Amino acid sequence: MTAGSSELDSLYQEIILDHYKNPLNKGLRDPFEAEVHHVNPTCGDEVTLRVHLDGAGAAATVGDVSYDAVGCSISQAAASVLTELVIGKPVGEAMSIHEEFLALMQGKGQVQPDEEVLEDAVAFAGVARFPARVKCALLAWMAWKDATLTAVEKEKAR
Amino acid sequence: MIEGLLPDLEVIRKDFPILSRTLPGNDGVGLPLIYLDSANTSQKPQVVIDTMVDHLERHNANIARAMHRLGAESTEAFEAARDKVATFLNAPSRDEVIFTKNITEGLNLVANTLAWPGDLQVGPGDEVLITEMEHHSNIVPWQLLTQRTGATLRWFGITDDGGLDLSNIDDLINERTKVVSLTWVSNMLGTINPVREIADRAHQVGAIVVVDAAQAVPQLPVDVVASGADIVGFTGHKVVGPTGIGVLWGKRELLDRLPPFLGGGEMIETVAMERSTYAPIPHRFEAGTPPIVEAVGLGAAVDYLAHIGMEHVHRHEQAVTAYALEGLQTVPGLTVLGPLDATQRGGAISFELAGVHPHDVATVLDTRGIAVRAGHHCAKPAHARFGVQSSTRMSSYLYTTPAEIDALVEGLHYTRDYFKVG
Repeated sequence: MTAGSSELDSLYQEIILDHYKNPLNKGLRDPFEAEVHHVNPTCGDEVTLRVHLDGAGAAATVGDVSYDAVGCSISQAAASVLTELVIGKPVGEAMSIHEEFLALMQGKGQVQPDEEVLEDAVAFAGVARFPARVKCALLAWMAWKDATLTAVEKEKAR
Repeated sequence: MIEGLLPDLEVIRKDFPILSRTLPGNDGVGLPLIYLDSANTSQKPQVVIDTMVDHLERHNANIARAMHRLGAESTEAFEAARDKVATFLNAPSRDEVIFTKNITEGLNLVANTLAWPGDLQVGPGDEVLITEMEHHSNIVPWQLLTQRTGATLRWFGITDDGGLDLSNIDDLINERTKVVSLTWVSNMLGTINPVREIADRAHQVGAIVVVDAAQAVPQLPVDVVASGADIVGFTGHKVVGPTGIGVLWGKRELLDRLPPFLGGGEMIETVAMERSTYAPIPHRFEAGTPPIVEAVGLGAAVDYLAHIGMEHVHRHEQAVTAYALEGLQTVPGLTVLGPLDATQRGGAISFELAGVHPHDVATVLDTRGIAVRAGHHCAKPAHARFGVQSSTRMSSYLYTTPAEIDALVEGLHYTRDYFKVG
């Protein structure tokens, strides 16, 4: 083993590398109520993300999340895992998952992830110990929250 | 032994205390630091650190306004730093050396004052010419200037091998051109640009030539007069000096014609409630208490480099760069962005590694103690020119050894294996 490799393995979990090589739900699709474009200005990673909601009001669920993204393995895998976790969930529950993931990423490695809630996203626990990479993991998640809130607002305005 | 390396490299390395620190590795085994991010910021020799500490411990006072012994000592140290920088740049006059907080502030000083009323004011119909390989700090201030004044921003393109595309120079430099601002050495591609040739052309149409020398002053012998430029700026922290201090050199006859930039203390001659008159250069462009200890540190830094000799530093950089270009070619799937001839470029080498994103490259290397930069290096247009979103960049300096390049190359082979590429 080379020095540093176990530290690397804590960051690059197999699940993350799998999602990176075979991302789920990638590509932009119709229909959608909101589309956002987020960038990470320090590194140039970009994501364009669309959200489609099924139903309205308290009963609304996340019908689809589609995206187009360029970036590192962490940012690409995070987008893939995000879609897997939130598609089909009621909007309120999906927002709770978002909060849980955000708390994990901002926890500096001190937060124990709840596997019941986060499923594959627990693999990102190691990212929290690499401060430079936290923004990579959060790029698509923040874009999703932004798009979803926009879609909900649009729904209300109708 | 590689020809051109600094003969007392091991002695020089001992001048930089940070180079002997180790980083936490696996199982508590310390990893030696391999610092290949000097184009981002250089490390500091003990003499710079000691000079700054000594100033703070023994001579600290505000300058040019304190009527006591410490004030005199502090002023003398600050102004001595200006003399050292003037000598280092071969500036005809010490008054032409203006201290700024960094090169970004220096470029903004020029781009702002050219927008304001005065005989050099840029206006509608005028053109400002830059290049596609600029750092964002030599793009955005000119975008702001042209947007504010109704002038037009134009730029030189980049050739496929990373040089400046001069094929349309006759069109780009014309009687409407008021300013030509370009980088001497590209921070991303490493390209060394023909500053003198472009400056001579620009002067034929009466344009002002501004040179971003942030990457040039650290590694080339720079003679501001021979460069042909009217204004040359650089930043202290890339020339083994501290952060928070930069230099803007300009020809006196030009600086005298620019309106003041920031208003405040020190830049005035006299102030009444209705209006003020201004101090002569350099103080006219140094409003407020300047970064005193940083300037003193910069003075020690340029003395240190001058003592080694910039021609020797340059030879060392070329030798290490040639060795690195050779080593990088052995990594399958690696593409260097920029010139492949070490004699035509500086010591920053940006590259792509097929199948692995630059962030991931940098993270893997970091766990082996190797510090490189990953991202767009504040040169998004230059990356876009080559159809890439970001790159990994290694950059050497006078303390870089061939063994460190070997470790980088080995680390890149390991990175490919780790990500199961190829």
